[in-house]
Amino acid sequence: MPQIRFTANLQRHLEVPELIVTGDTVAEAFQQVFLGNPRLRSYLLDDQGSVRQHVAVFVDAKLIADRTHLSDAVKPDSEIYVVQALSGG
Amino acid sequence: MSQTIRVATRKGLITVVRGGEGWHIDRTDFLAQPVSMVLADRRDNTLYCALRLGHFGPKLHRSEDRGKNWQEIAVPAFAAARTAADTRTTADAAATDKDQKAPSVDMIWSLEAGGVDESGVLWAGTIPGALFRSADKGDSWQLVTALWDLPARAEWFGGGYDQPGIHSICVDPRNSNRLVLAISCGGVWYSEDAGASWSHRTQGMRAAYMPPERAYEPNIQDPHRMVACAAQPEALWVQHHNGMFRSTDRGLNWQEIENVQPSTFGFAVAVHPNEPDTAWFVPAVKDECRVPVNQQLVVTRTRDGGRSFESLRTGLPQSECYDLIYRHGLDVDAAGQCLVMGSTTGNLWISENQGDSWQLAAGHLPPIYAVRFS
Repeated sequence: MPQIRFTANLQRHLEVPELIVTGDTVAEAFQQVFLGNPRLRSYLLDDQGSVRQHVAVFVDAKLIADRTHLSDAVKPDSEIYVVQALSGG
Repeated sequence: MSQTIRVATRKGLITVVRGGEGWHIDRTDFLAQPVSMVLADRRDNTLYCALRLGHFGPKLHRSEDRGKNWQEIAVPAFAAARTAADTRTTADAAATDKDQKAPSVDMIWSLEAGGVDESGVLWAGTIPGALFRSADKGDSWQLVTALWDLPARAEWFGGGYDQPGIHSICVDPRNSNRLVLAISCGGVWYSEDAGASWSHRTQGMRAAYMPPERAYEPNIQDPHRMVACAAQPEALWVQHHNGMFRSTDRGLNWQEIENVQPSTFGFAVAVHPNEPDTAWFVPAVKDECRVPVNQQLVVTRTRDGGRSFESLRTGLPQSECYDLIYRHGLDVDAAGQCLVMGSTTGNLWISENQGDSWQLAAGHLPPIYAVRFS
């Protein structure tokens, strides 16, 4: 099942352990994570559900293409990596 | 005299207190995190601290014990204009992107307590230019739709930031339903029904940065900061992008104050809480040269409603000075005696005699966004 990991810089704000999730898209994977950690949602997504401008999401080391709907495909053995973009300071 | 000052900076919330040996830094909360605004609610001594995290968005924290412990609370947010991303499917994603410009709160730029008769009510002004109200000390927030839905809002534009924002919220201490807002750039707006309806109040304001035929339009005025006299809230003062303005009738009419030396350009203004004719400004050269005139930092003070001003400079740097006092970087205490001023260069000055003389309470701080007595 897909694995999701978060930048250590998030840990100063809230606890985000590495997780095993299910789902065929990044959106479905995120939805699972947010169920257990609802505060995390506003850290990663803006009011409209898009990935925040200065957050970067990788699937298998490739930046996701759809930052609005998070429709990028996730395979059973995928690694999703959430980091801060350097553009955010 | 107030003994505690909260300083919102680029790298944390700094608390400065007055002890036996003078003013000193007591502690720093949210170290290295950008603090966009702080509110010390005098009704119940609750503290609120708004963060603008570079990567992770705006956040709001509350302390019930004067800053010893903080709790993250709800942040003002717009309703999603589409199905939330976390419920989208690939097929949905292909459908349309027409809603990509739907709003998202970028920053909490102003935060004020409601009236003494409405416990728990808070007002937040944001970038983009929206007003939010909380009735439960920030546990939840509601967008003030009557303002957001104004057709006039389409004419607002960014001033200092890419999007317009609400930086000044004046709640009438005599009637909590009366609100006056100042927006960069969107003029001044008035409500007497707690935000249910709004009218613009910029008569007399002038925008020198617009084509001449548009100079007096309400929606393009750029009040950098607006303050109201607590004891006489119909008395308003504005430091505008191209001048200083005063109103004695809740903004129905504004009088421009001209020929003030060394300059009428600046960001900050403070008004005495009991004397509506006494106000302080901190001038800079002009919009494209944001340093003190002759690189000498002064505070200008009027005691006669703007007819005359004094330049106060004792204790302030008088050469090679680059300090700019941003719009929330000046405050006066509840007695009208003590002033605090924080600069974008990270210097914090305090005056205990209404600005006659100043002392540097702390230097080499991070850029200072806001200062407030608490």
